Amino acid sequence: MRDVYVLGVGMIKFGRFKDRDVHELAAEAALLALKDAGMTIKDIELLASGNLLQASNMIGQRIMQQIGQTGIPVINVSNACATGSTAFRDAYFAVGSGEYEVAMAVGSEQMGKAGLLGGGGSGESVEGILGSGLMPAVFGQAGVEHMRQYGTTPAHFAKISVKNHRHSVKNPLSQYQVEVSLDDVLNARMVAYPNTLYMCCPTGDGAAAAIVGSEAMLKKFGKKPVKIACSVLTSDPWTPRDLTLPDVNTLTRNAAREAYERAGVGPDDLDLVELHDCFATAELLHYENLGLCAEGEAGRAVDEGWFEHGGKTPVNVSGGLLSKGHPLGATGVANIYEVVTHLRGEAGARQVEGASVGMAHVIGLGSACTIHILTA
Amino acid sequence: MSETTTPATDPKTERPIVPFLALGPPPHLLGLRCSHCGTTYLKRGRVACAKCGETGTFEDIRLSDRGTLWVYSIVHQSAPGIPVPYVAAIVDLPEKVAVRCTLIDVEPDPAKLAFGLPLKMVTKKVRTDKEGRDVIAFFFTPAEKP
Repeated sequence: MRDVYVLGVGMIKFGRFKDRDVHELAAEAALLALKDAGMTIKDIELLASGNLLQASNMIGQRIMQQIGQTGIPVINVSNACATGSTAFRDAYFAVGSGEYEVAMAVGSEQMGKAGLLGGGGSGESVEGILGSGLMPAVFGQAGVEHMRQYGTTPAHFAKISVKNHRHSVKNPLSQYQVEVSLDDVLNARMVAYPNTLYMCCPTGDGAAAAIVGSEAMLKKFGKKPVKIACSVLTSDPWTPRDLTLPDVNTLTRNAAREAYERAGVGPDDLDLVELHDCFATAELLHYENLGLCAEGEAGRAVDEGWFEHGGKTPVNVSGGLLSKGHPLGATGVANIYEVVTHLRGEAGARQVEGASVGMAHVIGLGSACTIHILTA
Repeated sequence: MSETTTPATDPKTERPIVPFLALGPPPHLLGLRCSHCGTTYLKRGRVACAKCGETGTFEDIRLSDRGTLWVYSIVHQSAPGIPVPYVAAIVDLPEKVAVRCTLIDVEPDPAKLAFGLPLKMVTKKVRTDKEGRDVIAFFFTPAEKP
């Protein structure tokens, strides 16, 4: 694989756009990325389009039908919540292999108010009768597992929600930009213990795009270099309860180990991390899964503010999924957008000063995990 | 693969909600054990072992009706028509397989739900299907009443 760089990024504000088609949202993000890169659609040699809920609707081709049907290869990608980041990885491989000079990844989703409830399965419903397979309960149970092992408390998880909502106030593209207090979070309506309403990501619509290219294209288009230091994808290996309670930890740990090795950096080198906080419980687990703190220390690290903007390792300075929003297919590319924006020093009021190494982590239940480490 | 269970209950009037529940009597859960590595699964269609990859070597086993509480969540918001709150649990069985279930006869209160709580399986009718049969589901409940 040769070196691959991010040459352009674009993202629309996440929200609810019920009067628009998802390919319009995606096309808008694609145009923003082209403008950012100083390119036109004629410079793009391959498109990877990530979309989950309309995976059979050829969203990638519909994007081209909006912004220019140049006849290039288009890949439509679906990989649960890791859909967008898997599309980005496909674009990375297209260029890294030497077959293409410039490729674009677009992630998009239009959810309305319906969440990604649970993993497939046909036949009659057993929801509520045989426990719950819905995401709030699954990630509630995953959080309770950490409470069982390490004595973590609901307040630890709640503090993560407070942090991410505070961060989002400075992100104009965030779906919500409202601070909440610890009392607000703990006293909010319970969804699935220990996650209250503010500890669950919202549903919503959105799109983000990223253009990647070779070193020659980096020079031609004169962008500040942001290199993709690694692109890792894992699935869930067999672990004892994975088929009953999806194990969100092991595949993330495997991905992190491989990512650090490939990128030649360690957790202490990361200036910022965008990780998959679909629920507040998930973010806490991933602090340990990604090696941002020691085993069993996540609760204490939260209490000490390690992951706040200005802390040891700022996590989800965008506001995270909890406040920025989580339009499924868009999320993985939006994380890349955020990290690139900081590495270029263009993040405005929420800029992590001097950021030169950043990580984007995504996990989709089922399960798929991607990690990209970017360096400036 | 051998047949282990011939339900003595009448399949014309009742049926289990999932393939790994046998109505007995007495009712019990069904497992599949890989004869190569010993990994146990809840009984569903399976062509090979997810752990070791070996094919066609599964033994039908009867799972214990006793287990212990691994973890839980208390669901307060669900799809329309599903009564809340309820305790959504992951229960470990002695055969080293975990099962997802709802706990009954417990308060939906974290202070009352001890990790490792001994549990036993019970069954009850949850609805009538289109053919007029009783649909039977399993639940777990504390093994010893306080």
